[in-house]
Amino acid sequence: MNISFRINGTNKNVDIKPGELLYDVLKSIGISSVKKACETSSCGVCTVLLDGRPIASCSYLAAKAHGHEITTIEGVSREAEILGSLMNSEGAIQCGFCTPGFMLTVIAMKRELQNPDEQAIKNYLVSNLCRCSGYEGQLRAVKLYMEVPQ
Amino acid sequence: MDIREYCRPKSIEEAYELLCSEGAAIIGGGAFLNLGDRQLSKAVDIGDLDLSFIKEDESRVEIGAASTLRDIELNDITRQAFEGVLSKTAASIMGVQLRNVATLGGTIYGKYGFSDMITTLLALNAQVELYKAGAMSLESYLNREHEKDIILKVSIEKEVTKVFYEGVRKTGTDFSMLNAAAAMVDGEFRLCIGSRPGRAKLAKGAMNFLNGIDSAKGSAGIAAILASEELTFGTDARASDTYRKELCKTLVRHCVTEVLE
Repeated sequence: MNISFRINGTNKNVDIKPGELLYDVLKSIGISSVKKACETSSCGVCTVLLDGRPIASCSYLAAKAHGHEITTIEGVSREAEILGSLMNSEGAIQCGFCTPGFMLTVIAMKRELQNPDEQAIKNYLVSNLCRCSGYEGQLRAVKLYMEVPQ
Repeated sequence: MDIREYCRPKSIEEAYELLCSEGAAIIGGGAFLNLGDRQLSKAVDIGDLDLSFIKEDESRVEIGAASTLRDIELNDITRQAFEGVLSKTAASIMGVQLRNVATLGGTIYGKYGFSDMITTLLALNAQVELYKAGAMSLESYLNREHEKDIILKVSIEKEVTKVFYEGVRKTGTDFSMLNAAAAMVDGEFRLCIGSRPGRAKLAKGAMNFLNGIDSAKGSAGIAAILASEELTFGTDARASDTYRKELCKTLVRHCVTEVLE
């Protein structure tokens, strides 16, 4: 079947199998930043934005994305550069496997929440797991990022 | 998941007709597709059927089947009505990525044992409206044999004066080891325990006890024992049956105390 969607601001038509997951389709069109790990919507490494909302692409049928707008980290380069710089300076990145999904979720959170407190930040990011950093550096970086003017 | 054909019907009638064909199934949010290895001749996506809504009138709140858990978490109506328990229950479920995908209809249609929403909705005495079978209590829906149908909406009468939900999970992204909800609905106490790990059930013995007493003093502890004795608990990777039974007493005591206060 054929679906069309916008990916990082560009219209795309793709032939897919009806049961294909969005993650696999994104990989097939050359999006390399999206990762797959838990396949149970728990770890956050497959996060993409669907119409601006973070979703787990490993558990989302590609067919459902027809007519929608998908954003990966490649589509938010300016925000990612700012957040990435803060994460670097706070020692929040080690292996980097979780970083694209984590950054996309943080960027969505900044657009959605006004002045979230620490608990609200933790709640929003509960499904972005990192097995290297211990989260302290990430939390510092996120707090700094939330203070950056939009 | 192996799907041969993906359909996006434009009307409920069309969706039901497609659903009735051999090997067809409704696709709600699709959040738990990876939990099974199903083969479908037709996947019927109900995303175009205007079933994503949350509204209220003087007597009830209605939530469309295609509303996501995140919609329920953030909507002003569900944040205000019933002391915000629907919003709070939704917010406790895994991460924002899943809640943006999982729908209320999908949660109920699957009759998932791990569901937190079903526990709270049973305590609130929610009604389910199906396209073919019509309206029925959520309890009746959960107990009936599986028949192909389409959930249109869930409605909850504004007869609830007090309600409290609590679940226990090892991590924020895990299913509950056990969850419980208590509510005072039209003057009657309702108490529900879920994630046992079987499907949520009303603790009717404990409810009868709570509805038959004049004084609340000490009743939460007795209700906790009654609920833990009358319900069955199982063992899985999250907890043993013994642990769940003990946890049941604690959750019931919390929920009943909150509602009685």
